[in-house]
Amino acid sequence: MREIRVDQIIQKISQMCIDCNYNIGKDIEDALARAETNEISPIGKSIISDLLLNSQIAKDVQMPICQDTGMVVVFVEIGQEVHISGGVLEEAIQQGIRDGYEKGFLRKSVVSDPLLRINSKDNTPGVVYYELVAGDQLKISLAAKGFGSENMSKLKMLKPSDGMEGVENFVLNTVKEAGPNPCPPIVVGVGIGGTVDKAAQIAKKALFRNVDESSPLPHISELENRLLEKINHLGIGPQGLGGVNTALGVNVEIYPTHIAGLPIVVNINCHASRHAVAYL
Amino acid sequence: MSIIKIQTPLTDESIQNLKAGDQVELSGTIFTARDAAHQRLIETIRKGEDLPFELNGSIIYYSGSSPAAPGKVIGACGPTTSYRMDEMTLPLLGLGLKGMIGKGERSQEVIEAMQTHKAVYFAAIGGAGALIARAVKKNDVIAYDDLGAEAIRKLEVEEFKAIVVIDAHGNNLYETEPVKYKATT
Ligand code: SF4
Repeated sequence: MREIRVDQIIQKISQMCIDCNYNIGKDIEDALARAETNEISPIGKSIISDLLLNSQIAKDVQMPICQDTGMVVVFVEIGQEVHISGGVLEEAIQQGIRDGYEKGFLRKSVVSDPLLRINSKDNTPGVVYYELVAGDQLKISLAAKGFGSENMSKLKMLKPSDGMEGVENFVLNTVKEAGPNPCPPIVVGVGIGGTVDKAAQIAKKALFRNVDESSPLPHISELENRLLEKINHLGIGPQGLGGVNTALGVNVEIYPTHIAGLPIVVNINCHASRHAVAYL
Repeated sequence: MSIIKIQTPLTDESIQNLKAGDQVELSGTIFTARDAAHQRLIETIRKGEDLPFELNGSIIYYSGSSPAAPGKVIGACGPTTSYRMDEMTLPLLGLGLKGMIGKGERSQEVIEAMQTHKAVYFAAIGGAGALIARAVKKNDVIAYDDLGAEAIRKLEVEEFKAIVVIDAHGNNLYETEPVKYKATT
């Protein structure tokens, strides 16, 4: 048994919330720099230069890249040998979010009830997924998910016979319909298989993977490349004002499914793809 | 590309001259309002009460900034997606709203009303909140403080960069630009 105290978790989560909102990931920075070089639309090119300048300012001044500092999504992998002491894990995670959003001057964008819509004023609760794994470590993956892009996400229960073509068409149509709304250049997370909830969960998980990292499965990594190329042929471009950079990356995750189904979820993320990983 | 400098309030004449694709720098006063603030504005109009700011000639910026750190005028303050405000924008255009700053497409109804009432729609760069913050010189909450991030703020801006994406003649950059870069294969 290895003991991890809740105050370590609170502190780590708080720090991750601030850090990912201020400092853009290297994967996104590199992808934007590549896009700046190969963009052929003059408006598109100037937009990407401004985005790079924006992330530089955010880093230098230590302020958020984007005012929508998101709803927090956390994937926790708990080693079976870990013992959490001093409190309840779920409460520690929510407290970490509360602390980080207050200390970091991050925007509180969560309403406590989807219909009554009263702001919770501390950006809690975040959405937390737990997975029990082997070992004595706690792995925390955290994202601050903006909703301009979240709102453009889509789900469909395809027929098994729709196959690869059905998958590609659904992804392309989702990106086409989203147009300028999710702040392109975007990152596209795709979850295929499982059940309706599993597909959504792995689509979200796909967004935690760096944009320059491919799936280890050859047929899936080929699908990712094919989709990226086709998406960038749509012409939508930076901010939807035309160009060859509509997406910075496509990440696909799969899961076994039922003989009768082919669930698919497309979860869209913006260029302000803020995610971080930490181990305790 | 040359940059057109614009001083608020917007006049009908300056609006007529703006064309989709123009890059502008706005200086003067703009008001932030997003989803919840729009609902309240509409409610106020329905009740026949006074609005918290003079709508006639004004520019609304669809934005909910992050809190200002000590010593800062404002936090990150980029645009939010505009379509959510479409329906609520129609009565505002009727009352003299002249400019909107946001991101993303507008409904056909909004585009038509912009032609009827002579108004212009600018895009600011979504996700460039730290960069845009540099153009904000003054920032005061003037209404609906209880809405937190969604309160109405009066911003004094200098050389706020934006692009005319839909002009008062119905030209729409979201329609005309992407097709140029669409691969035909
Ligand atoms: S979609 Fe992303 S980049 Fe655009 S405003 Fe929302 S969080 Fe910011």
